[in-house]
Amino acid sequence: MKTIDTWLETNTFHHGTFWDILHLIKVKEEKGITISLCIPTLNEAKTIGKEIVIFKSELMDRYPLIDEIAVIDSGSEDDTREIATSYGADVYLSGEILPSQGFKSGKGENLWKAIYQLNGDVICYVDADIKNIHTRFVTGLVAPLIYNDSIHYVKAFYDRPLAFSQGIRPSGGGRVTEILVRPLFSLFFPELTALIQPLSGEYAVRRPVLEEVPFPIGYGVETSHILDVYRKYGLEAFGQTDLDQRIHRNQTTLDLGKMSFGILQTFLRRLESFEMVGQLPEMSNIFRQFQAEGKDYEQVTREIIEEERPPMNSIPEYREKFNLES
Amino acid sequence: MQRQSDLDDILSAVPGYRERLRELREIVLANAIMAGEIPAPTFEEAQRVRFLCDRFTESDLNNISTDEKENATAVLPGSLPERERKNILVAAHVDTIWSANVDHSVSVGTDALVGPGIADNSLGLAVIASLPAILDHLGIRLQNNLVLLGATRSMGKGDLEGLRFFIENAKLPIAAALCIEGLHLGRLSYSCIGMMRGEITVRAPEATDWKQGEATGSLVHIHRILSRILAIPTPQHPKTSIVLGSIITGTAYNISPRKAQLRFEVRSEQAGMVSRIQEQIEEIIEEVNAERDANATFTRIARRKPGGIGFHHPLVKTARKIMGQLNLQPKIAPSTSELSVLLDAGISSLTLGVSKGDNRHELNESVLIDPIFSGLAQIVAMLQAIDGGLCDEDD
Repeated sequence: MKTIDTWLETNTFHHGTFWDILHLIKVKEEKGITISLCIPTLNEAKTIGKEIVIFKSELMDRYPLIDEIAVIDSGSEDDTREIATSYGADVYLSGEILPSQGFKSGKGENLWKAIYQLNGDVICYVDADIKNIHTRFVTGLVAPLIYNDSIHYVKAFYDRPLAFSQGIRPSGGGRVTEILVRPLFSLFFPELTALIQPLSGEYAVRRPVLEEVPFPIGYGVETSHILDVYRKYGLEAFGQTDLDQRIHRNQTTLDLGKMSFGILQTFLRRLESFEMVGQLPEMSNIFRQFQAEGKDYEQVTREIIEEERPPMNSIPEYREKFNLES
Repeated sequence: MQRQSDLDDILSAVPGYRERLRELREIVLANAIMAGEIPAPTFEEAQRVRFLCDRFTESDLNNISTDEKENATAVLPGSLPERERKNILVAAHVDTIWSANVDHSVSVGTDALVGPGIADNSLGLAVIASLPAILDHLGIRLQNNLVLLGATRSMGKGDLEGLRFFIENAKLPIAAALCIEGLHLGRLSYSCIGMMRGEITVRAPEATDWKQGEATGSLVHIHRILSRILAIPTPQHPKTSIVLGSIITGTAYNISPRKAQLRFEVRSEQAGMVSRIQEQIEEIIEEVNAERDANATFTRIARRKPGGIGFHHPLVKTARKIMGQLNLQPKIAPSTSELSVLLDAGISSLTLGVSKGDNRHELNESVLIDPIFSGLAQIVAMLQAIDGGLCDEDD
């Protein structure tokens, strides 16, 4: 698919490309862009301190790339809020933001309320459970937005799917992507398969885009964003950046089942609102995966045809053998 | 009198430094975390050295370089005319005891950093990386050159190879030096005890018949050697000791190990005592080899000569006064590490600690955050005193 190939070439980046942070800041200032970092939390005392220390030291004190660091908390019962406050983050309780709208429990709620609470032209969302936190988790995501005015939404991906002797190494932490989302996208929105890790929790988005998309509060938030932004702006609005490795808590299969259920609800709801349910497009037999070689990415397509046989009792030979009445 | 007055000025400023340095908390902690999360087992420090060099570059230092031993060096030039400048060295070792496959994640709580190697010596390295920003923040411009060194190949079999190479080959004559260790705040090391670190390896033939009656295997031989080493007299004055560090051997309940290794260290305040004990250990090994069907060998891993600059040296006296100003009780502790190379080379030197902490050399090694600012204030004040010539021996 030509669009995908072109897009992979122009809109897929490696964080190392953006090593020159001084230049990044210069362009940011020239364009007058402000950046807010939002970390949604719920009981993240073990990792939140390090994230705040690294981001504040490296991207505010040393290099003034981000203009505010905010933690939007769902009501942690551990020391998450105390630790984040002590290291200089602006800490908000999600329930206290926009009280007229009430409070719903879920990560999407925090992301949505951040749009109201924070002031940046760009909001960069970074999960709080990253053990190997590094400045690239922010620079790699905001840089494409700073340098390229036509990109509006940049997603992270990790553990590049390198080709190896037995095929393609599955990308780390992307089980739901590979088992559920990529097959769904391959069937209904083939272009979106170009997103190597559509469910990653780290992304940077321009405010005008965030303002106009609805936010599922649970597992479906990333999927719905992708579908809504794609519907409105097309694939060109997206960028994606390889952030190398991300070390985080592994979820159990049961948790991934819950996540898949939430994503499936969101996906089907979108098919409905896009008025696709009654008139499904012709289903593609092409399944699309990706592999990387060096810093180049290419799609790997496989034709998977699910042929069917009719019920055996409709076969004349069978009916004759077993004396079934015609 | 003028010098006393200069020292008084420094002493009166020290508590204020401590408070103002809190404003750099995230910078210092981030350096400790970022350095600490890069594995740097001895002989494999390249990535951590790269990080340190990047920090030097970001601080706009001069002469940033790595040498044949992969030491990272940089110079913050002093304000005096180049010809009049002396060189003050601040060094911290880069390597750790942890292999690369250990999870190096550092966690950050409200009062402590926790992670393998965070005290020994990620925090020390963070001081080296942060010193230019610290001096700049306090508005201090030294008259003399400040030479910052991340020393490699320091621990275990590295045997201080990095620092030794730097001292022997660097074109910068060092006038005085501070070695920085993460632990313990209040530590004041100005002397080295004589030390010899060794390994005894025993290889035994495979035991095939359990009915032979006599216990076999390398473990038995190492036990015999160990018993005899423990019988070596170690005088209390001058203080002498044999530290048995580890025995590595065996894989199962029912198989006599064919190889066993004993690691130990001999320490003494008296010149010559360590050599005498080493000779005795070598005799024990010969004896066991002759008596039994054993094959024991001895390897010396490291050696230090005793030495020091004395309790009344101006450098030590100044350090004590600065610590007093910060309400720290100096804890005199002879060193067996970097300090010995510097003292051997005739350089007036101290080892200082940066913070308090716990679980040294465990996976949950920790350093407290609040004491770090006293540790930093102490180092800054020492640099000012050295820079002002207040620690020169002829003073």
